Amino acid sequence: MASVTMTVNGKSVSGDVEGRTLMSDFLRNDLRMTGTHIGCDTSQCGACVIHVNGEAVKACTMFAVEADGADVATIEGQQNADGSLNVIQQAFQDHHGLQCGFCTPGMVMSAAALLKENPKPSEGEIREYLEGNICRCTGYHNIIKAIMAASGQDVPAVAAE
Amino acid sequence: MYAFEIERPSTIADAVKALKDEDAQALGGGQTLIPTLKQRLAMPSALVSLTGIGEMQGVCLADDGAVCIGGATTHATVAREAAVHYPGLAGLASNIGDPAVRNRGTIGGSLANNDPSACYPAAALGSGAMIITDKREIAADDYFEGMFATALDDGEIVTEVRFPVPQKSHYEKFVQPASRFALVGVFVAKFADGVRVAVTGASEEGVFRWSEAEAALSANFSADALSALSVAADGMIADLHGSSEYRAHLVKVMTGRAVSAAT
Repeated sequence: MASVTMTVNGKSVSGDVEGRTLMSDFLRNDLRMTGTHIGCDTSQCGACVIHVNGEAVKACTMFAVEADGADVATIEGQQNADGSLNVIQQAFQDHHGLQCGFCTPGMVMSAAALLKENPKPSEGEIREYLEGNICRCTGYHNIIKAIMAASGQDVPAVAAE
Repeated sequence: MYAFEIERPSTIADAVKALKDEDAQALGGGQTLIPTLKQRLAMPSALVSLTGIGEMQGVCLADDGAVCIGGATTHATVAREAAVHYPGLAGLASNIGDPAVRNRGTIGGSLANNDPSACYPAAALGSGAMIITDKREIAADDYFEGMFATALDDGEIVTEVRFPVPQKSHYEKFVQPASRFALVGVFVAKFADGVRVAVTGASEEGVFRWSEAEAALSANFSADALSALSVAADGMIADLHGSSEYRAHLVKVMTGRAVSAAT
């Protein structure tokens, strides 16, 4: 067992973890923060995307000990200070960017990383950035619309195929 | 997952020491190794993480103009920081996997693994890069030894990769849509003394140089120079994503596109 300490959503947390403990398991099982979803557990679906030191990563493909000392952000920390939905989350609600909702935490975290890097992405750039996030309801168009809206862009410009 | 220990050394020397244990395995960004461990296709008793080693991070320019990349540098960092010095290489790095994978996966990990469909082997071989380890320098032409096989000894670490910068280059990848790996990827680099063409994803022997194309392109750097050439299907990978004939065909098509797009 190794002891780890990190900042998660602005709060310092620590715990004892095994070498094999994945970041996704540390968040869900040790910290009881189950907003980070495990879809495939093979780093393909993106439901477990979190930010480590500001960068989007797949929590199922990183060990908890590798995040020792890191600044971690998860879906639980995305809301505004007053508890209301942040601009990305609100846009997902407004544009029906989710159906079953399972992929949504990863979608929102990836979208947040994208908009930090590229505040006004084109539709193509959004689609490319979400390559590693799979929605099995296949509700991609509304997810794209939500991210266009969250970045203050014209939503009807997104073509419905 | 089965139980194992992880060490996180902060220097190359400590990592080398930890890897002297014959059951220990180096861990780069883990984007291939962690899924492999989950499937128990590899079962080392100890992992030595290389991502906490500061001296293996980052992109710099050597006195001779070569771009030097620390072995533990992520694809995302190469995509950002090598763009000015070597756009062909940065372009390749910016299309590996997906954004979250690029934020973890490392160049050293990719080259040490030598997946037959990985992108970086094509850049290293196509550029004639030098693979620098904790104990020696290995030219890319001597480094790749077939599918998942390299000249690295057990416990040897890729600490840095040094890329000579060509006059023009481009990497063209036909993406396998589910995995984002290259169904076929071709890296073309035009140097003052000739053209190098490295192909990944196609051969059962892993990355290789297409010497006929190199000769033709060295004489005339245009896609038309390839028109008389063809690639034999013998020894090409065949799987549910494409037959060996299809891959052989793609090698020529991707090479032509890479030449046309080279800047």
